[in-house]
Amino acid sequence: MTAPESARGPQIPRSEAGGAPVLEASDLVVSYGAREVLRGLSLSFDEGEFAAIIGPNGSGKSTLLRTLARLIRPQQGRIAFDGRDIEDTTPRDLAQRLAFLPQAPEGPADLTIEDLVWRGRYPHRGLFASASAEDRAAVERALLQAGVDELRHRALATLSGGERQRAWIAMSLSREPDLLLLDEPTTFLDIGHQAELLGLLGTLNRERGLTVVMVLHDVTQAAQYARRVIALHDGRVMHDGTPAEVVTAERISSLFDATVDVLADPVTGVPVVVPRAPTAVADVDGSDSGDA
Amino acid sequence: MDSSAGGRQLAPTGAIAAASLLLIVAIGIAVSLGAVRLSPDRLIGGLFDTGDAAARQIVWHLRLPRVLVAALVGANLSLAGVLLQGVTRNPLAGPHVLGLSAGAGFAAITVVVIAPGAPVELAAPAAFAGAIAAALVVYGLAWRGGISPVRFALSGVATAALFAALSTAVLASSDLFTQSVLSFLAGGLFSRDWDDVRQIFPYTLVIGGAAVVVGGTLNVLALGDDIARSLGMRVERTRLFLVVLAAGLAGSAVAVSGMLAFVGLVMPHVARLIVGNDNRVIAPLAALLGASLLVFADTFARLVIAPAEIPVGIVTAVIGAPVFLLLIRTRT
Repeated sequence: MTAPESARGPQIPRSEAGGAPVLEASDLVVSYGAREVLRGLSLSFDEGEFAAIIGPNGSGKSTLLRTLARLIRPQQGRIAFDGRDIEDTTPRDLAQRLAFLPQAPEGPADLTIEDLVWRGRYPHRGLFASASAEDRAAVERALLQAGVDELRHRALATLSGGERQRAWIAMSLSREPDLLLLDEPTTFLDIGHQAELLGLLGTLNRERGLTVVMVLHDVTQAAQYARRVIALHDGRVMHDGTPAEVVTAERISSLFDATVDVLADPVTGVPVVVPRAPTAVADVDGSDSGDA
Repeated sequence: MDSSAGGRQLAPTGAIAAASLLLIVAIGIAVSLGAVRLSPDRLIGGLFDTGDAAARQIVWHLRLPRVLVAALVGANLSLAGVLLQGVTRNPLAGPHVLGLSAGAGFAAITVVVIAPGAPVELAAPAAFAGAIAAALVVYGLAWRGGISPVRFALSGVATAALFAALSTAVLASSDLFTQSVLSFLAGGLFSRDWDDVRQIFPYTLVIGGAAVVVGGTLNVLALGDDIARSLGMRVERTRLFLVVLAAGLAGSAVAVSGMLAFVGLVMPHVARLIVGNDNRVIAPLAALLGASLLVFADTFARLVIAPAEIPVGIVTAVIGAPVFLLLIRTRT
């Protein structure tokens, strides 16, 4: 039922996802030494959202995500999860409901997927608690939902890039979170596995009601899979809206300080970004003007 | 426990039962062998008292305490190795490599040199304190708003060298017998008695027990700091706690046996090879195997050139170094 392929459905407008705000960040300031990476940034995510954060290198995407996941403590500002300041929540309580997956997680090479997914139950288990029926059920659901049920006895080192990433997704799901934050989950995957993974996240969002917020490098991917695109520039939110609103030639060109064209996907109509090398654009404009 | 270990590795309970049996056999053999060889009958008689006063004397006063010290030292060093390899996520980590043993040795040597008449009970706490001091130095050197496992390991190597040099300086300026100094530096169990058992046993019981319990924590740390944090672990605090446990284990072992090398480094790997990557199983298994290894090694050290003996540390190094090289070759 969770075949990843089934996920590439039509885009649902943002308003239909709308629930109560699950995560609210206000006036976040994060600096590394003298360099201010987030400059008074405010954002809010509603329950059931599927959002992508884009932006040029150094715009603060990863820092924002890690701050939201409480891996970085902001110098200023406040983050509330479900209306409650995360500083007033124990790490374990927050971890039960919020999962964060870093860019290239590494585990022991001989760890099986099933054991990895069990380790994801950590926030729900005490030091002495033996595995409960609830733990078992959650692990089984996570294996099925991430599509790694049949690979459960395979060791991490024997998996392909796509399988490994789904194994880590399963690990993130076994705690049964409300919100999943992912830092560039498609980075080391080929395009087939990128589509499969984003499709899987879409399915989890639609069928399980999981709120998904991910940092994506690829703007076209963000536009195709997310229902909300947030464009970061220099530690601030520059644009925030549906893919059609944010991913326009003008906005993306100025965001990345590059020259891009934006076309419409012939199947779904969502924006597709085509970067142009500055010299190539000049050539086209100069010598072949009729065919832009 | 949680799920099937799967595949080629032994089931956890079977491995631990087998290792327990191995330890009992090792202790039985070690207590039987010596200048007077005890038959199994006399061994049992000596143990459980039936009028064989000579056997009783040999078992309870001469051999058993030393054998127990060997077992406890082996267990403590192995557990320290499991903890440190888990904390640093570095397979080359161990109480020696990270300088904990060197710090403990320096403290123990200093106590003996400065206060020759000090009661022996002081050795273990002093060595514990020395190991903690070394751990804090390693921590301080590695700290930059957080501890990266690599920086931690490199700081450990530097700290080990520093404390080894300090120990040598103290020894060179003292008038201690070369023989006992060598035995301490190489790791030896010559004439260990019940006092030594009483010194180290509380550490094995309390800290060793804790080290076995925190196996699940090590499992989470093995997934990397980011994942461990996102699973709700307070990573820095946990890491410091585990290092202090390791310092207690390494310090108490050094206090009664000196600078025994390779046990803490190799036994976690052997346990991992047998049962895989679940630290809740690796910890008790490494402790049992380390205890057995040291009992066998010390028996050999006692007998090989009898009536004289060699420091057991030389035996563990001779076994440990090639085993470790073999492990590195097969794992990579």
